[in-house]
Amino acid sequence: MSLVVVDAGGANLGSVCYALQRLGVEARVSADPVEIRAAPRLVLPGVGAAGPAMARLHSLGLVEVLRAFDRPLLGICLGMQLLFEASEEGDTACLGRLPGRVSALRPAPGLRVPHMGWNRLRRLRDSVLLAGIGEGEWAYFVHGYAAPIGPDCVAACDHGGPFAAVVERGPVMGAQFHPERSAAAGRRLLANFLELGA
Amino acid sequence: MLSRRIIPCLDVREGRVVKGVRFRDHVVMGAIEDLALRYRDEGADELVFYDISASPEGRAVDLAWVERVARLLDIPFCVAGGIRSVEQARAVLHAGADKVSVNTPALERPELIAELAEAFGRQCVVVGVDSLREPDGEWRVRAYTGDPGRTRALPRRTLDWLREAQRLGAGEIVLNCMGADGVRGGYDIEQLAAARAVCGVPLVASGGAGKAGHFAAAFRQADVDAALAASVFHSGALCIPALKRALRAQGIEVRDVA
Repeated sequence: MSLVVVDAGGANLGSVCYALQRLGVEARVSADPVEIRAAPRLVLPGVGAAGPAMARLHSLGLVEVLRAFDRPLLGICLGMQLLFEASEEGDTACLGRLPGRVSALRPAPGLRVPHMGWNRLRRLRDSVLLAGIGEGEWAYFVHGYAAPIGPDCVAACDHGGPFAAVVERGPVMGAQFHPERSAAAGRRLLANFLELGA
Repeated sequence: MLSRRIIPCLDVREGRVVKGVRFRDHVVMGAIEDLALRYRDEGADELVFYDISASPEGRAVDLAWVERVARLLDIPFCVAGGIRSVEQARAVLHAGADKVSVNTPALERPELIAELAEAFGRQCVVVGVDSLREPDGEWRVRAYTGDPGRTRALPRRTLDWLREAQRLGAGEIVLNCMGADGVRGGYDIEQLAAARAVCGVPLVASGGAGKAGHFAAAFRQADVDAALAASVFHSGALCIPALKRALRAQGIEVRDVA
C-alpha cells in the first residue's frame, strides 16, 4: 500500500482516486485510524466546509493521528486549509500542522466569490511539489476561503489579493487548487508527491 | 488573473450525446467519453453534461456514465438534470462530478439549494436557470425545458430568482437565455448584463453562441465569468483553440491551449 486517501467526508474522494489511478496508483480510501497511522503517505482531500470536516475527523478519532503523522501528507483544497491552525469558516480550530489562519475571500466589484476557475500559479520558491511546474501554469480552483502567504507558501495565486496556492513544510504539503482537475500541472504535482520517499 | 472559462455543454439522452435546436429535434452526436476527451484535448476549461431527459421523466441521472467520465477527465465537469435531493447529488458527486446543477427541482422546492450548499459547500452547487422574455417585457423562468411538451412558464421573474438562489446558497449561476438558444445569433447581452448586476457569484452565459465575437461580447459587455455553448462546438462551426486565440487577441484572459 503506497498511499491512503483519508475519507474525511468530502465529495471529491472519487475524482482524487481516479487521478491517482491515471498515474498508475491504486489508493486505499480509509477512515480507520490504525490504517491511516500506518500509511506510508496520506492524501487529505476535502470539499465542503471546515466545521463539518473537522467534526468528522474528531468523531473518527483522526485529529491526533493527522497531527502526529510524520510521513508525506498532502492536503487538497479544504484538506489543505485543515492543515492550518484555524479557519474563519465556522470559526473552526484545525489541525495546526502549519502556522496561520484561513480566512474568507471577500467579494468586491468585479471579484466573484467563490473563486472558481483556472488561474495562474506564481512560484515563490523551489519545492518538491512544484518540480517541473513552470511559472504561470494554470490550475483549477474552487474555493471561498484561503490561507495567507506564510513562510511555508511555495506558490501563490491572486484573486483580489494573494493567497497560498501550494504549501510545503517538510512532509506537510497542500494544494489549494484541485490537482485532480488541473490537467498537466495537477498531474505533475500528484506525480511529484507520489515519488516522495518511494 | 482568473481566466474566463469556455464550457462546451453536452446534452445526454439515453447514454449518448445529442444535439437539438431550441431544445427540440435531437440528433445523436456520439459517445459521451469520445466527445468529453475531444473537448478536453481542444482546451475546454470545463464540461457540463446535461441529462436532458432525466428531469422531465422524473428519474435520477445514470451514474454509470458519470463515473466513466470522472475516470477519464482531468478537467472539471458538472452534471445537470434530474437531481432533486441531497442523496441524489451525493451519488453524482461521489461518482466523480465536481459540481451538480439544479434547475426545475430547485424551482419547485427552493430549499433544495440550501440543503445542497449545507451538505457539500456552495462551490458544488450550480443553479441553472432557463429564462425567456415575455410580452410584458419581463424575463421569467421556465421549468421542464428538457421536454418541449411539458415546458412550463412560471410567474417567477428571472432576476428575483437569481437573487433568491444566491441567498439560499447557489455557488454559480448558469443563465440560459431561451430566446437566443440554438440559433447562433449571439448571447442575449442585455439579459446577461442585467443578471450580472444581481450576481455576486460566478455567472455563466448560455444560449446563442455562433462565433468568436459572441463570446467576446458576453465577456466584455456582460462581464460573465464563463460562456457555455453546445451546437457551435458540436457542429464544428467554431473550434476552441481558434476561439481562445481570438479572445486572447482581444485582451481577454483565457487559459492557454496546450
